[in-house]
Amino acid sequence: MDRRYINLILILILVAAIIWVDLPRGEGQKGLKIGSFERTLNPVLGLDLRGGMQVLLSPQQGISATRQDLEDTSKILESRANGLGVSEVLFQVAGEKYILGQFPGLTNTEDVIAAVKQTGLLEFIDTGSTQLEPGTVVVTDYTGAQVDAETPASNETGQVWRTVMTGVDIKNVAVAADQGVGGYVVNFELTDTGTQVFKDHTTANVGNFLTIVLDKRVISSPRISTAIPDGQGQISGSFTAETANNLAVTLRYGRLSVPVEVVESRVVGPTLGSDSLTKSLRAGVIGFAIVALFMLLYYRVPGAIAVIAIAIYAGLTFALFKLIPVTLTLPSIAGFLLSTGSALDANILIFERLKEELRNGRTLRQAVDLGWKRAWPSIRDSNIATIITSIILFWFGSTFGATLVKGFALTLALGVLVSLFTAVFVSRTFLGIVVDFIKSDQIKKSFGL
Amino acid sequence: MNILGKRYLFFALSLIIILPGLILLAINGMPLSIDFKGGTLLEVSFEDGSLPSTEAIKKIYDQNGITDLQVQATTEGTLLLRSSELSDSLRQTVLDVLEQEAGSPVIIQKSDTVGPSIGQGVTQRAIQAVALAALAVVVYITFAFRGVPHAFRYGVCAIIAMIHDVLIVLALTGYGAKLFGWQIDSLYLTALLTVIGFSVQDKIVVFDRIRENNRILRKLDFEKLANHSIVQTLQRSINTQLMTVEFLLLALALFGGVSLREFAVILLVGLLSGTYSSIFIAAPLLVVWENKEWKTWFSKRQATTS
Repeated sequence: MDRRYINLILILILVAAIIWVDLPRGEGQKGLKIGSFERTLNPVLGLDLRGGMQVLLSPQQGISATRQDLEDTSKILESRANGLGVSEVLFQVAGEKYILGQFPGLTNTEDVIAAVKQTGLLEFIDTGSTQLEPGTVVVTDYTGAQVDAETPASNETGQVWRTVMTGVDIKNVAVAADQGVGGYVVNFELTDTGTQVFKDHTTANVGNFLTIVLDKRVISSPRISTAIPDGQGQISGSFTAETANNLAVTLRYGRLSVPVEVVESRVVGPTLGSDSLTKSLRAGVIGFAIVALFMLLYYRVPGAIAVIAIAIYAGLTFALFKLIPVTLTLPSIAGFLLSTGSALDANILIFERLKEELRNGRTLRQAVDLGWKRAWPSIRDSNIATIITSIILFWFGSTFGATLVKGFALTLALGVLVSLFTAVFVSRTFLGIVVDFIKSDQIKKSFGL
Repeated sequence: MNILGKRYLFFALSLIIILPGLILLAINGMPLSIDFKGGTLLEVSFEDGSLPSTEAIKKIYDQNGITDLQVQATTEGTLLLRSSELSDSLRQTVLDVLEQEAGSPVIIQKSDTVGPSIGQGVTQRAIQAVALAALAVVVYITFAFRGVPHAFRYGVCAIIAMIHDVLIVLALTGYGAKLFGWQIDSLYLTALLTVIGFSVQDKIVVFDRIRENNRILRKLDFEKLANHSIVQTLQRSINTQLMTVEFLLLALALFGGVSLREFAVILLVGLLSGTYSSIFIAAPLLVVWENKEWKTWFSKRQATTS
């Protein structure tokens, strides 16, 4: 069989696959699963299109963090946010020194962020016969963790206190209602080592104060009334249900490897997000219709081929966005639009050359072959230059946490690759086949000469 | 059609457009948004559609010690409030008072807070990345055009013309900032990257024709050859331009929203410039280089009309 017709069959199979992937999936419908490769086949929308909140956290000034520190911290942040009942939240390391937190669908997340970003270094310090007021900032001799720079470095008690034990030795925490005064307390259970340390200290210091400090700030300063041998304890200190729960969550997932601060926060309201999405979809459809009309009127038969090729291009790119998956944001749509421009350009280049060759008196078959051959170097070289540019931009975007640039570069590179493929494979195959069906007296009309 | 013969006219035209815009930018400073210099941007609307007066809002900010507030009403019935960085609690206070002032619940469309340290690093690195990309493109073009004499010139001229397009966009920003209060934000950066990508791609398509004709028409004078090549690709340039720009224009004009309209206009002008500069800047520069015309620039003007 003719090579062109084999290609046509392959294209039809591809189109069927594209349609299957691109069809919208309803709730609970199955996605794609091949071995460990599993996709829901729902488009992943960025927060600017679906609404939500995004924060960029970085280690506090003057504190160094390795990649591993950031990874650990981001995991703990995510666990804490989940522990607070926030769903779908995602924390990931972005660039050399940032952690990107995304809260889809939420707009009022300041409280959540304030709760999850605290370092959470809990210390039990021996304050001897002194009772400290809650909120007092203290200095301790514990140096195992980097200090939280958000807490003022001032030493309000004028003394360096000895740390008996830190939160690392806590095994279990639970929030409970305070039987006596109302309000809430956090109960904790210690590890074996912790139990031993606690037992020794409380036995030797009955009557003294054992002050509980979070991130160098006093929570409460209870007096040791008897020795505590069983490793069970309680933190009380005028908690509400919410603050008690926040503390419990903080303790449960451990302290952050590095103290962090919010350097950027972006909230997009749900209406603005969906508004942008529907408008861009509508704009895409209208834009495509106009381009299709122009191509048909100006280039006639090849114009129709171009419209089919562009439709396959757009469908294939969208299918790839679903399969990879690529998060769709406004910048990534801009990248996609630019690559659509170059897909169109590839077709226009071929057709202009084709017309030129026809005017020079070639036969249709010769003109199609030559038009393709002469247009190809310019299509290839211009698109390779674009791919080189997008690779560098992608690398830049991922190294420096510029997600916007990264999204743009990714969809641009993908789109350009797909447009090269459709120009080589789809446009050329269709042109080759159509040639068989056009009689020589119809050439002028069919090609808009 | 003799396009290249009038090359100095086109250079002058570009300068006339670019220089005043750059001077405006130099005088007024770059209109950087909070994305680059840090600060808070709030976009709010109110449930019953009412909007408090600018003075009333300014007063609320003043009372909280924020004196650099800029208020802008959008065509969508929302307010854009730009100021220096507001802490979480201060932002909440401001919103609460706004709600009382308007007598209607406030709807937060958008709320961006960016710390001062973050933007500077990113901008600097973005410029480095684009410079690196430009260098890579020069290397690639030199390689791809190795069959023609002075392949290196094609890469350099393409990049100079690309810089021309960036300058056009910057000049436009200067005018837009002066007239409509445009700001350079992260969406602007996306538009600029799109222009850069398109520009380089378009230059290569036009140069490709010179490369091809170089093989066929070896005897021809370079200026005539380049001119011939431009004329041959003219139809394609117009159609592609019409289509990509038409496409983007429609897509983006319908997006709506103040910031996106700015984005659409920048793209329109930038992409138009991308096509324009392939024909009227990049190719003429090749001819200038081929003839080494700078030698006659400062001697009396007899040689330029050749």
